[in-house]
Amino acid sequence: MNRFYLPLGIFALLALVLAVGIRHSPDKGIIVSPLIGKAAPRFALPDLADPSHVIDSTALSGRWYLLNVWGTWCVECRAEHEMLLKVHTSGRVPLIGLDWKDEDDRAQAWLRQLGNPYELVAVDRGGRAAIDWGVYGAPETFLVNPQGVVVYKHVGALDESTWTREILPRLPAAPGKG
Amino acid sequence: MRTGLFLMMALLLAAATSVLALDTTQLADPALQGRYLALTHELRCMQCQNESIADSPVDLAADLRNQVRDQLLAGKSDEEIRNWMAARYGDFILFRPRFAARTAWLWLAPGVLLLLGAFISWRIVRQRAQLLASDSDSVDEDQRS
Amino acid sequence: MLPELGHFALILALLLAGLQAFFGIAGPMVGRDRWSAAVTPALAGQAVMVATAVACLIASFVGNDFSVQYVADNSNSALPLFYRVSAMWGAHEGSLLLWILLLALWSVAVAVGSARLPPRFSARVLGVLGLVSFGFLLFTLATSNPFLRLDPPAPDGRDLNPILQDPGLAIHPPILYTGYVGFAVAFAFACAAMLEGRLDQTWARWTRPWTTAAWAFLTCGIALGSFWAYYELGWGGFWFWDPVENASFMPWLVGTALVHSLAATDKRGLFKSWTLLLAILTFSLSMLGTFLVRSGVLVSVHSFAADPSRGIFILAFLIVMIGGALSLYAWRAPLLKSTAGFELGARESFLLFNNVLLVIAATTVFAGTLAPLISDSLGLGTVSVGPPYFNPTFMLSMLPLAALMCVGIHANWKRGRLSDARRAILLSLLAAAVLGCGITFGIYSNGHVLTPVAMTIGIWIIISSLIEPLYRVRRHLSLPRALIGMTIAHMGLGTGVIALTTVQSFTVERDVSLSVGESATIGGYTLRFVGVKPVEGPNYEGVGGTFVVTRGGKPVAVMIPQKRQFWIQHQVTSETAIRVDHGNNLLLALGEDLGAGRWSVRVQVRPLVSLIWLAALIMAIGAAIAASDRRYRAARAAESAAGVVAERA
Repeated sequence: MNRFYLPLGIFALLALVLAVGIRHSPDKGIIVSPLIGKAAPRFALPDLADPSHVIDSTALSGRWYLLNVWGTWCVECRAEHEMLLKVHTSGRVPLIGLDWKDEDDRAQAWLRQLGNPYELVAVDRGGRAAIDWGVYGAPETFLVNPQGVVVYKHVGALDESTWTREILPRLPAAPGKG
Repeated sequence: MRTGLFLMMALLLAAATSVLALDTTQLADPALQGRYLALTHELRCMQCQNESIADSPVDLAADLRNQVRDQLLAGKSDEEIRNWMAARYGDFILFRPRFAARTAWLWLAPGVLLLLGAFISWRIVRQRAQLLASDSDSVDEDQRS
Repeated sequence: MLPELGHFALILALLLAGLQAFFGIAGPMVGRDRWSAAVTPALAGQAVMVATAVACLIASFVGNDFSVQYVADNSNSALPLFYRVSAMWGAHEGSLLLWILLLALWSVAVAVGSARLPPRFSARVLGVLGLVSFGFLLFTLATSNPFLRLDPPAPDGRDLNPILQDPGLAIHPPILYTGYVGFAVAFAFACAAMLEGRLDQTWARWTRPWTTAAWAFLTCGIALGSFWAYYELGWGGFWFWDPVENASFMPWLVGTALVHSLAATDKRGLFKSWTLLLAILTFSLSMLGTFLVRSGVLVSVHSFAADPSRGIFILAFLIVMIGGALSLYAWRAPLLKSTAGFELGARESFLLFNNVLLVIAATTVFAGTLAPLISDSLGLGTVSVGPPYFNPTFMLSMLPLAALMCVGIHANWKRGRLSDARRAILLSLLAAAVLGCGITFGIYSNGHVLTPVAMTIGIWIIISSLIEPLYRVRRHLSLPRALIGMTIAHMGLGTGVIALTTVQSFTVERDVSLSVGESATIGGYTLRFVGVKPVEGPNYEGVGGTFVVTRGGKPVAVMIPQKRQFWIQHQVTSETAIRVDHGNNLLLALGEDLGAGRWSVRVQVRPLVSLIWLAALIMAIGAAIAASDRRYRAARAAESAAGVVAERA
């Protein structure tokens, strides 16, 4: 071995890094949330069903819930909606909607038309709560545990495989199903 | 696949506004305005490919610029604002990587390389100076290129 | 028919490139001169086939053949003819074909220019070039074929990306790629020298003009790209430290080091193994840039559509080419010894410092560009690296480089005798400091602490470069082209430093909102908003805002920045209006309709920004003059006449 092997060695390491980079590149758009393992950010926002009623996120803790960020302007959200309805019918975990930068009447029409999978929908017209949750593009879905800690985040439309592989295993066993 | 969706989302959002983000925010205090511009230029737009929130036309970038403005007006320090952003969006949002154990190599590299380069240069020059006595090559000193 | 013909020509080109590589590398190895002689015909055939393929693709674009997928994706019947031609290299597949064409053209130029080199050596050079061509042709055919048909044909095309519909972008890629690909020549010479064991400095002399020419093209290409970003992207910035920009900047930095170390190797037989390594690295960085831009491993503003399968292919190719060259290097470089001596104040020392600092700068850019990837691969989490990292770390090695250059330019080979030049150095520094501080505080004031320092260095570079040529002119001494070229290039660098300093220190930039009849004053210029009116183009419509600009009450210009809405891609672009006045670039970009007749507009006053691109052009012109020096041709003729010069020092 001599110092003339050094460039070759460095290049070998670089090639390794690039190979790992290619393997990871399909996930390039997904930014790992710093919220995982931390307390879910608090919000107090008007209720879509009844704007005079305020939804306080602290009232949500004590049980598992999925927070789903959506908006009627978001094309992907429409594609996701069917899956959300399935989640709702499964009864495994309640869905809380966060209607992001949207208009109330449109959002209400959307839910009337496509069906309402949400237990509650909080209206974030200014987008401030979404920033606190680190949302950068709807749809995004957060899984929060009874202690009020964010345990998982999914960016993009929720699909069958994410639901069965990522979310269901994190939930406690369904009552009555063993 | 996911990248495709992500890009599509970004494009759809962007299509609603112009390609050019104009930010007419003007803070009364010029020092504050300077800090505002500096900060918005070093925070990354999360939906875009590689732009700062100052240059990005998407809605979220405008919201984040407003956050920066409001927090500056509330007397927060630059560091507090950076930390606030990173707590929500992760270190990805910082175009100026924070100095920490995991980024130390990046920040130290230029300095370490400079020291290493100086040491190597010094050794080579010393070696070559010793060879000078035995080197009979008569270069044409006129030729400078 | 044409697309099939083009596809077929591309396949033939692949086979011929394979033959070219085989005959060129194997021929001399087994000592069969007839094999070696077959290299040139193979290359000629390859070049003709590649040119045919390019012509077929352009013909498909011009003839609006939307049954070709690539044409349907990147053109439209409403697109003007000029852009239908340049759309050929507007996306990944076609730009790769352009790269292959340019490589073929460089290879032909080398074949013609090296006719007087020893035949085996030139066969090896062309063989290595053939291997590079083969790799890129295989890549194109396997993963990025531009001739694929669409069934049924599209009724019309999806149009060229609107931001690429601009004359600047039409010529930017060909020139940039000419530079990138040109470094393949230095790479091939280095590999040929190592294969042959001809490890004296003759290969360095032969490769010098090629390398300098490639460097000139790359310099122009980068400057054009920066200029295009300045006026077309609408932000008014000229350098963003974006991964794609860095991908072209790294080979430029290492290429600059190579140009200088070749001088030391050619002249004194010094740094031979180092020069070999730089020749390999420069082209390796060009290829790596291709990988980074096209594989989607990095996030960038203007990268091509990401495709991991392409990434895997290029990575494999990189490993073969770069890994092969570096293995050859590890095997051959230990044989290189040099007994040349020099002292601290000699020209060799300064070339050494130049190389060390340039390589450090390139490594820093490299580290910053790849940091997100490295951090991710090592499981250290996500990280973003932007201008706040690149600007200071780049300055850290560039300021000493510029200052050392002003001293080193006076040094002689071997024995420094810098004491003779002490007066010139001190006087030029003094003059530069007076001028630099005068300009900084007299004209602009309120700069950064480093502003007068950088300004002084910029002026010092120009003065120092001029001392030697002026001395020669006064004494009626000969003024070789290499010296003239070097002087011009260095003065270009000085100009660039001055321009960058003023731009970074004194730019005034603001986004304002105005309603019709209102005025705003920014950086000494007052602009009054007259109103907006509709504009129409062949494939877009839009609005133009009219602004009357005055300075101190005197009229300067009427400027009409536009916003264009392209029909087919539904994309909005911002056409900036730019006016040069008193050395300032005044840039207006129209923002949004804020309602009630109010519009937002970006106003930017950048002093001397045009000088940045002019400086790059001056550097390139200097390099072109140096590359044309008669000495290289004369030396080559003399060497081939004397046979092989075996000067194993």
